[in-house]
Amino acid sequence: MDFESYDVLVVGGGLAGLRAAIAAVEANPRVKVGLVSKVYPMRSHTVSAEGGAAAVMRPEDSYQTHAFDTIKGSDYLADQDVVEAFVREAPLEIIQMEHWGCPWSRDPDGKISVRPFGGMTTWRTCFAADKSGFHMLHTVFQTSLKYPQITRHDEAFVTKLLIEDSRCVGVVALDIRTGRFDAITAKTTILATGGLGRVYAFSTNGNICTGDGMALAYRAGVGLKDMEMVQFHPTGLPFTGILITEAVRGEGGYLLNNGGERFLKRYVPNKMELGPRDIISRAMITEFEEGRGFEGPHGKYMHLDVRHLGEAVIDRKLPFMRELGREFVGIDIVKDPIPVRPVQHYMMGGVDADISGETPILGLYAAGECANVGLNGGNRLGSNSLSECLVFGAAAGRAAAHYASSAKPVTANPVDAMLWDEAHRVETEYLEKKSGNERIAVIREEMQKEMDDGAGVFRTREGLSKLVRNLGGLRERFEKVKIEDSSRTFNTEILAALELDFMLEVSSAVAFSALAREESRGAHARRDFPERDDAKFLKHTLAFHTKTLAPRLEYRDVTITNFKPQARTY
Amino acid sequence: MPEKRISIHATRYDPEHDKEPRLQTYDIPFSDESMVVLDALNYIKSHVDGSLSYRWSCRMGICGSCGMMVNGTPKLTCSAFLRDYWPRAVVVQPLNNFPLIRDLVIDMDDFMHKLKSIKPWIIRKQEIPLGAGEHRQTSDQIDEFRQFSECINCMLCYAACPVYGLNNEFLGPAATALARRYNLDSRDEGLKQRLPVLAESEGVWECSFVGECSVVCPKGVDPAKAIQQTKLDTTMRFVLPYGNRE
Repeated sequence: MDFESYDVLVVGGGLAGLRAAIAAVEANPRVKVGLVSKVYPMRSHTVSAEGGAAAVMRPEDSYQTHAFDTIKGSDYLADQDVVEAFVREAPLEIIQMEHWGCPWSRDPDGKISVRPFGGMTTWRTCFAADKSGFHMLHTVFQTSLKYPQITRHDEAFVTKLLIEDSRCVGVVALDIRTGRFDAITAKTTILATGGLGRVYAFSTNGNICTGDGMALAYRAGVGLKDMEMVQFHPTGLPFTGILITEAVRGEGGYLLNNGGERFLKRYVPNKMELGPRDIISRAMITEFEEGRGFEGPHGKYMHLDVRHLGEAVIDRKLPFMRELGREFVGIDIVKDPIPVRPVQHYMMGGVDADISGETPILGLYAAGECANVGLNGGNRLGSNSLSECLVFGAAAGRAAAHYASSAKPVTANPVDAMLWDEAHRVETEYLEKKSGNERIAVIREEMQKEMDDGAGVFRTREGLSKLVRNLGGLRERFEKVKIEDSSRTFNTEILAALELDFMLEVSSAVAFSALAREESRGAHARRDFPERDDAKFLKHTLAFHTKTLAPRLEYRDVTITNFKPQARTY
Repeated sequence: MPEKRISIHATRYDPEHDKEPRLQTYDIPFSDESMVVLDALNYIKSHVDGSLSYRWSCRMGICGSCGMMVNGTPKLTCSAFLRDYWPRAVVVQPLNNFPLIRDLVIDMDDFMHKLKSIKPWIIRKQEIPLGAGEHRQTSDQIDEFRQFSECINCMLCYAACPVYGLNNEFLGPAATALARRYNLDSRDEGLKQRLPVLAESEGVWECSFVGECSVVCPKGVDPAKAIQQTKLDTTMRFVLPYGNRE
């Protein structure tokens, strides 16, 4: 049987994946790179990032400060050696993006502008108006087209990692257009599949953010690290969950409760609207609970007010926000406050990977949101994630290219058998099964509601125990799922089933990891354990897949270099 | 009060079973004024007919996946509100001018090739090292190309383009706009490399000033302007030496 074979195979065509592909080629122009993505790369969810990318760009700023802000923001769960390396690389990556044509917004002297952002003590967020992710993604995608070494497999969904003698040798992928299963083999594989926001009902994430890479690695035996650390962004539009960028507050917007009060003075008095996301989201929920939220047709909300900034500033720095307000809410943010409430936004947790993106499985790497390299700990600071995609995407690409140059080639024989097994599994479990009676969407919607209820901004043992039980019930019902679509051609129902399978997997990792962390740290806020407990939990959670729904949990010490854990107040 | 409902007529086509695309009607609850056409499709797929196929992701008008013909006009279905059509029925069809893969899913390989052909990356005679820092660029210089950089590749302009409809050798609106985006960028020196592709593109001269492409663009890009400017560029190429902008 024929199969494609690469030196480096990247799974995922967002910012981290594309950056990794280019870095691999630039590290060694002789490497053959494959890039497989379930959507055309420019559809990847990077496209929705708005506010910007953080890096030390000004003489008055320092690596030390960016590192400290990130570590304090993480509630001391970040690995400090990783953060220190990250802050040094980030400015170079911003410049690299500029050389590739990213239309960064500029200061009058022609230099790249920076704006303030939450949890950052100084201005260091580079931006392209309020469509930073869109511009960065299109820049890096279009730039990737100039490298003949990169071959794309667009609209192919990876169902399984090929593991041979404890080494990753590529993937099995379903070609969505034809329904054909292919083995795409490679000496090294980089997972860059993004987040898992779709396990929640109310999320800023696009339909494609289903935790695929996390589930693939988890099933292959890699630990998922700190999966309890889920970020809720303070400002999503009610009903749609559309993200209203933190840059709105960076540019001077106010968050107001139903008394017109800037309520953050009671929670983060020194930072106000520029406090970190975890604390502001909790403050908003607390205000709601105490009766100080607005009541709307889609639940409680607060006002985000930019009217005092004036039309000129709004049109220059926040034009997309004005467009979103007009299109999706029917308001003009120049004249009306924006209704917002906390919304699932980002996953700090992910595939256990080191500073080079290497996972414990030989030949397998991870970068971007699907990975946890130890940068974000318990709470990511806004604008660190686009920079993370660049820095650690590039690192993984270089490391993979380096390893591939000395790795032995992949042999056809076991791969053929593994491909046949995997194709057979999907055929029998989904396509050929006629007996099921459960609707995919019903199970998915119940899972999302359970996750919102049990693993939201505030958690309790009771709520998490219920979540764990109910996820178990949903997993059993999933076995009886019904597929109505029997076509091989662009069968999006099979895709939805495979994605739901992955989402149930990663949801369980979130729930069990959260249940076991009996403290409050970063985004993980337990009402029954409201304090941080460094004696017991200054540690990463590692969840390993088992035959049951419950993972085996292990803990690993956090790497501390120069910043001793302190109380986290703003 | 009886539940408010709306009829959706959606194109169905499975090449394994159907000779021709056909419309299938779904009568669904119109339960919230905020519902868009994409929500209606998602309701159908989730609760009525799991086999309906279409692309979507961000549902905030930026990923460019969910373009379809809505009552005959190319639209992003995530931004087309049902309230603007109700009580009329909504007819949802695949984008015009593209081969059909399945239901509402078009084949856009042609655009992907065209995008690559215009070399949509910064071309310089000599790249400056990272250590030298950024190129300086003023806001005015960005304004030169800004609107053309807003293209989300949603393909609505191709669906609206009468020239592309007749002759798909035509480079078309989005690819021309993106070529223009790089040609106008003060950091770029690739004009000379892109001009032959632009000059050889069939159809540029058939393009009228009507500008259907610019009308349907959801992001305010004006590809018609890019095409007219390109005509000028490609003519000038044979008439005048091109100064320092290679």
